[in-house]
This record gives sequence, structure tokens and C-alpha cells, in this order.
Amino acid sequence: MLVVEQILNGLQLGVMLFLMSAGLTLVFGIMGLINLAHGSFYMVGAYVAAWVTGLTGSLFLGLLAALPAAMVVGMGIEVLVMRRLYTRDHLDQVLATFGLILFFNEMARILFGRQPLFLDVPEMLSGTIEILPGVPYPAYRLAIIAVGILVAIALWLLISRTRLGMRIRAGASDREMAAALGANVTGLQTLVFGLGALLAGLAGAMAGPILAVESGMGEKVLILAFVVIVIGGIGSVRGALVAALTVGLVDTLGRAFLPDLLRMVTRDATADSLGANLSQISIYLLMALVLAWKPKGLFPSHG
Amino acid sequence: MADRARIAPLAFLALLLALPPLLEAADQAFYISLLTRVLVSGLAAASLDLILGYGGMVSFGHAAFLGVGGYVFGILMSHGFMGDALVLGGVEIPGTNEALILLPIATILAGLVALAIGAICLRTGGVHFIMITLAFAQMLYFLFVGMEDYGGDDGLSLWDRATLAGWDVSSDMATFYLSLTALVAFLVLARRLVDSRFGMVIRAARQNERRLAALGLPVQRYKLACFALAGMAAGLAGALTVNHAEFVSPAMVHWTRSGEILVMVILGGMGTLYGPVLGAVVYFLLEHLLSGWTEHWMAAFGPALILAVLFFRGGLWRLIVGKEMDTAGGEARGEAVHHG
Repeated sequence: MLVVEQILNGLQLGVMLFLMSAGLTLVFGIMGLINLAHGSFYMVGAYVAAWVTGLTGSLFLGLLAALPAAMVVGMGIEVLVMRRLYTRDHLDQVLATFGLILFFNEMARILFGRQPLFLDVPEMLSGTIEILPGVPYPAYRLAIIAVGILVAIALWLLISRTRLGMRIRAGASDREMAAALGANVTGLQTLVFGLGALLAGLAGAMAGPILAVESGMGEKVLILAFVVIVIGGIGSVRGALVAALTVGLVDTLGRAFLPDLLRMVTRDATADSLGANLSQISIYLLMALVLAWKPKGLFPSHG
Repeated sequence: MADRARIAPLAFLALLLALPPLLEAADQAFYISLLTRVLVSGLAAASLDLILGYGGMVSFGHAAFLGVGGYVFGILMSHGFMGDALVLGGVEIPGTNEALILLPIATILAGLVALAIGAICLRTGGVHFIMITLAFAQMLYFLFVGMEDYGGDDGLSLWDRATLAGWDVSSDMATFYLSLTALVAFLVLARRLVDSRFGMVIRAARQNERRLAALGLPVQRYKLACFALAGMAAGLAGALTVNHAEFVSPAMVHWTRSGEILVMVILGGMGTLYGPVLGAVVYFLLEHLLSGWTEHWMAAFGPALILAVLFFRGGLWRLIVGKEMDTAGGEARGEAVHHG
């Protein structure tokens, strides 16, 4: 029954990756911006959640504070820096957002020190739930999966069923035309950027009790999120969802079972280290395979 | 102006040749070692400039090839020292500490890895290319972390530097001149390359790939060859880095390393080849000065980088030699505003 557990672990990672990549892919789709500093919003979310939880003793208050904090930081960065980068080439965007990462990571070290912070799982979710007879699973991780699914549904409703979503879609398919037809594209861009930052902040805040909250934590997830949106097709939220879950599952299951599988095939002493290595890089191999097959990703968007 | 473009590199070379004895005489031998680090970083940056400045390929994973070269060098060195052969798929490969064997092998293997990675990455373009090169570098990072036999996360320490044709070149000064020779050799070759027919195709591909394809040129093959060549030079830089530091670790492939190299290229001026070397000098100088001032120097360097991107373009080298220095290849950047 280890398999069920690992599949849930994979889903949980996938959900986190989706929260990260949804914002990235929306921002790219609408503004044509590659934002390396997206991981910084994840870190802001994690640190604010850890800080407020430390003050109040409640992770729920921490979560509640992390969301607006990440959004405000995101919108501030959009107005101060990003806005000037939309018309620049990708190289400028990479460099400027690289500068942002250096700044945010160093600020985290200045404000909170070099030692990682650790968060406890809230009392209410600290136990396990028996998902199948004889298979207990941590309630907190289940809650993360549930939140992720809810957010995915809410995002889908927002984009496909509301006036704001219509503007977002219009901005994504033709920014200039949308502006010409009277949509407030500048405001929309700030809002979309803030929304992406909020989702990243949510992922960071929820990751707090599972991972160490430390400077540079955002970039580990960011690079995985890049793999996700490259596989899913840049600009496509649906692609991001499918790819995030796939990547989460492949990575988790690969780490859990690949070394054993290899040991069944060969008894060579190198099988262990090879298996360990392969499972570390399985998602990158997946990415290479997908790109060899579909260079624009699974769900290529416009253009 | 054209004269300045010719004289400036030679003047810098003369300065670099003369510096080590002067530094030693002034009892500042520490700086010889620091300068060696600058030179090999400059070689890595110049190799990135070949694909970035001339080929228009924005690679955010150039440190990958640095790591391949470095690890090949370090692994063979350590086997040479321990006296046990490296067994790979049943074949025994003896280690060595001879630079004339180690450096070519490291260079060629890095080139082969670049060929494989490039073949996949070049199927895409624009923003995909940036993310995929980054992802592949990260993949190699985890591969190196996973190599428990060679230190895993902690890295692999060597006991000595390589010999050159049996000669002992392990002193700091000899290491400096060895690295300088490699850098100059690369710059001379790369300069000839970008001015050749091959280079013209690469430069043209940056401006309008479709038109080249319409002319019947196999653009992708040219770009891939260029990518592999840059990977080879980066592999050489990685091997020399390890030779100098007597140490190799996954940190060499960390994504921030790729970012640093990219910053050096832009700082010095892309599409100039010499500029990135100057960029490396200035980068290390800034790091040295700022970190002496505060340990949190990144908090100042980050915003400075953003301001530089927003308001300062073209790079330092063009300030020195003037804008007309380069042949058709390196128009001041900023002309290509496009979205992927």
C-alpha cells in the first residue's frame, strides 16, 4: 500500500507545482514576461506565514497574512520593475529578475537570519487519516491536495466564467487589440501579476510545515515550475495543471520505486547508484522526451 | 576608433602578462590566485558570448558545461592519484595527472554533452530555450550531487595540480600563465571563427533565422555546432577552474553560477568576446570590494543589476573602444524587441 501513499505524495507535490506555475504561465501568456523572481513570492509567502504563526501561534492566521502579503509584494514589484520590462527582450527580463532574486534572498537573510525556520503542522491537521483500511496518511498533506484542487477549480471558474477572466483571456490572445477595445490592460497586468504572486505565496505558506523556510527556497521550486510550464506549453493554465500533476507523480514515484525496479533488472552493484541518479533526474528526462515529441509542449497556446 | 579596438586587447594582455611578477615583488601573491579565478571565469563568459552575443541563444545553463569539464578533470585526476582505474561499463580507464591528456578529454566530453543538450534545446527558441537550458543544468547538478563515490554534495578534493608534459606547473604563477594561455588561445580562435563564413551564418541567424533558412542554409546545424563549441570552451574553463582550486563540487553547476556568467557577459558587453573577460574582472572586483564592506552585498548588487538592465546598455567594453569596434556582429543590443 506504499504505492497509494506515494501517489498521494506525488499529487501533493503536483498541486504545489501547479500553484507556482499557474501564475508564471499566466504572466508569460499575457505580458510575455519570463519572471525568475516568481520563486521569491513563494519565499515571501513562507516567511510571512512563519513569522505571523510565530507571533500568533496559529498557522491559519499565518496563511491568512501570507496571501495578501505575497500579492502586495507582487503588485509592488510589477509597478516598480516589471512594467518596464514587458517591451524588453527576454534577456533583459532574465537579468533584471535575477537581480530581484539576489535582492529578495539577501533581504530574507538580513531579516530572518541564515538559519532555516521550521513550522509545526497545526493541531487540527497534525494527525493521520485512514484513506484505505490500514493505510494512514498525514491529514495536513491531504489538506494541501484539497486546497490545490479547490484553487484549480476556482481559477478555472475565474478565467472561463467571469468578466475579469474574459479580460484576462482577451489580454492573453491579443494585448493591443484588447487595449484598443477599451480594456484597462495596465491595471489588468498588475492584477494578474498580483494573482500569480498570491498563488505562489499560498504554495509557499502551505509548504512551510513540510519544508524548511529558508533563503533561496523559492528557486528550487521555481526551476521545477519551469519544467512544468515547458512541458505543459507556455501560456496554458490547463497545460500547467496536467504537467504539474504529471511532474509531481513522476518525480515522487521515480524516487520511491526506480532504484528497486532497477535492482530487479540487474544485480550489478552500480544499479543502486544508477537508480538513485536516474530518479533524481527523471523529470528532466521526461521534459526532454516531451520536447523531442512536441517542441511547444503538450498544450501549445496561441502563436 | 578602429585602432583602439585593436590596441585595447593587446594592452590588456601585456598588463596581464606583467602582473604576476609585479604582484609577487609587491608581496601581494594572493592576488595572483584571485586573478586566475578571474581568467577562467572570463573564459567561461567569453564562451557564453559566442552563443549569446553572436548566435542570439540566451542560455541560462552554461555552468553545466563548466561542471562537466570540471568533473571529468577532477575524477580522472583523483583516479590518477589513487592509482585505481575508473571502471565504466567494464572498460578500465586509468587516471592521470597530465594536463595534456586531461584538458583535451574534459574539453571534448563537455562538447559532446553540449551537443546532446543543444540538440534538444535548439528544437525550441525564445523563452523555452532559456528555461530548458536552465533545467538541463539543474539536471546535471543533481547528477553530480548523486555521485557519492566522488563526494556527492560535498565535492571532491584533489591533492595536487596537473603536470604539463611531465613538468611541475603547480605553482600559483604557473597556474596563472597556463590559464592565461588557454584564454588567449580561445579568444584568438573565437575571433577568427566569428569573422569566418561560419561566424557570418551564426550572426545572421541571430538577426533573421527564417531568411537564412530560405537561402537554403541548415541554420539549426550551424547553431548546434556553435553551441557545442561554446560548451567545449566552457568545459576547458571548468577543468582549469578545478585545476586551480584543486577542488570540484556541484556548486560549480548551481544555477546561480550560470546567472553570474550571464551577468559577466552583459556587464562587459555581449558580442565583443573581450568584453566578457573585462566583465569577469569587474564582477570579481565588485564582489571583492562590496563583500569587504558588508556581508550582505547581494542586497545592493541585485538592485544595481536591475538599474543597469533598465538604464545602461551595451557594456563596458564598448565604453573603452567605442561602438564601432566590432565587425557586423555586435550592434549595440536592444534592437531586437520581441515576444516568444
